[in-house]
Amino acid sequence: MIIANSLPNGFVVFLTAENGWAHDIDKGVIAESDAEADAMLRTAKQAEHDCAVVDPNLITVEIVDGQPCPTEYREYIRATGPSVPTPS
Amino acid sequence: MYRYDEFDTRLVQERVEQFRRQTGRRLNGEMDEDQFLPLRLMNGVYLQLHAYMLRINVPYGAMCSRQIRQLAHIARTYDKGYGHFTTRQNIQFNWIQLKDVPDAQGDLAEVEMHCIQSSGNCIRNTTSDQYAGVAKDEIEDPRVYCEIIRQWSTLHPEFSYLPRKFKIAVTGSPNDRAAIALHDIGLRMHRNKNGEPGFEVLVGGGQGRTPFVAKTIRDWLPPEHLLSYLEAILRVYNMDGRRDNKWKARIKILVHQTGLEEFRRLVDTEWEQIRDSVLKLPQAEIDRINAYFAPPDYEKLDDAGEAVAAWRADNADFDAWVRVNVADHKTPGYAIVNISLKSPNQPPGDMTAAQMDAFANLADEYSFGELRVNHRQNLVLADVEQLRLWELWEKLRALDLATPNIGHVSDMIVCPGLDYCSLANARSIPIAQEINERFSDMDRAHDIGELTINISGCMNACGHHHVGHIGILGVDKRGKEFYQFTLGGSSDQAASLGDRTGPGFPADKAVDAVETILNTYIEIRKDGERFLDTYRRMGMAPFKEALYGTF
Ligand code: SF4
Repeated sequence: MIIANSLPNGFVVFLTAENGWAHDIDKGVIAESDAEADAMLRTAKQAEHDCAVVDPNLITVEIVDGQPCPTEYREYIRATGPSVPTPS
Repeated sequence: MYRYDEFDTRLVQERVEQFRRQTGRRLNGEMDEDQFLPLRLMNGVYLQLHAYMLRINVPYGAMCSRQIRQLAHIARTYDKGYGHFTTRQNIQFNWIQLKDVPDAQGDLAEVEMHCIQSSGNCIRNTTSDQYAGVAKDEIEDPRVYCEIIRQWSTLHPEFSYLPRKFKIAVTGSPNDRAAIALHDIGLRMHRNKNGEPGFEVLVGGGQGRTPFVAKTIRDWLPPEHLLSYLEAILRVYNMDGRRDNKWKARIKILVHQTGLEEFRRLVDTEWEQIRDSVLKLPQAEIDRINAYFAPPDYEKLDDAGEAVAAWRADNADFDAWVRVNVADHKTPGYAIVNISLKSPNQPPGDMTAAQMDAFANLADEYSFGELRVNHRQNLVLADVEQLRLWELWEKLRALDLATPNIGHVSDMIVCPGLDYCSLANARSIPIAQEINERFSDMDRAHDIGELTINISGCMNACGHHHVGHIGILGVDKRGKEFYQFTLGGSSDQAASLGDRTGPGFPADKAVDAVETILNTYIEIRKDGERFLDTYRRMGMAPFKEALYGTF
């Protein structure tokens, strides 16, 4: 999947199948091959050039309970938010 | 407190409008990220793991109630309703949207606050003693010199693109509460043999991946030469500091590689040329700034020892709070109150907008409308009447701001770690919360006694792990969070770097390791010995054996 930060608000976004960006990881598209991943990264870089997102990256996910889940804990936290409750 | 003059006001307002235009150009595509990055950093805007982060300067940690109310407003209006106080006596908001930053900065300017030089390779916020102006052991109020340094260093044209960031700390007391030996330059006020106050100047301290305790470059510097001497050091650093390697670019590396003697010679050569220039501080200017920090209108009071003692005898919780969180004030009848931001219910250093608003009211009611932030991520009300300690304590308790743990096991310095920071290798906050829970029994915590546990989520050491009595460093070991330990660090007047215990521990064993270390200390300590004293007497061996078995 492609993860990035939205330029205007900074929040984490995922590339969708329609080449748009969604905040929910389960709305993101998963590359099924290296060629697909390369194509998605090119799309994301173009979106970066067009000032939609910042710092797009490819991440590896696995499907857990039907949901994409980043395999690296850093990306997991980036995708799901702080692992501690935010003060309220 | 210092109040902006017309120059400060104009400078800050112009900067807000300049950054508004720059942000607009970034958002409409006239600038790419590479072009925008240095501009946003100069205005305190980082891009973290989940969102942008805005870092706001709190000059030498001093604020008035109007300012913290405005921070509460910013937290509510532009962020998620809380802020995070840092080891640099600043505050960060973790969820700010780029499009809102100029408005937030405009709101800050209304209360004489800004984000200029809170990031980037420039001279950052000068930090100081949270007891400035009220400490019994103080020679002179360090805020005066911090303010002079702030004015000199703000947008200093020669030092806007240094090899790396540059941090200065000042203390006016022999007891160092500002960790000056861990700064690029540390200034310690003391008297020479004629009884005249001046500064011992330390240089080349710092943490990060190559930590150093600063070395004394000058034993005694008259205050009139403060700026010329700082300028001479900065010039040598600006000319000779490495720019080819980010990890070797701090002044500590230059001092280490050049050698102190040679570095001193270079500085003195430079200084000779400028010491009697316009940088020489006239006494009238020192007096002018000093007037901003005149003591508030204290009542003529006697110490209220008996009344406070009676309340303490009556209530064990109040007794513990006074013993641990309240410090002596130089004025009879007054006390310094430390407010712990290390309650078990919130990440260390975090404060909600509601707490900020309520705390602003307490500052107005009990401490002449002023408050301070210290480098251990706690707050201070510096001027509280002793006879009002009980009522203040009750109000702080209602806000979850009366945890009696200052300087004890759960009063940890904790960086944001991997829960927020894009540079992190591991999380810091959950480890801190687990320690807080494990040692939640305050009787046990008080029995363990004075202790600093400092936690960083990576080698950058924002959590000061090198100088914690127990330091904890998060590392990534083959895709898993591990925690390495150091023992024996200290950031006070006898500063030292901790020694590594050995291999790190996985996340689910890290707090067990803390417990093992502390149980070992309790077994081997002598009467009255703090953890640090025991470590310095016994060395690493008993702790290593307890952690790793016989070796
Ligand atoms: S020490 Fe590392 S993880 Fe912690 S705030 Fe600093 S850079 Fe981030």
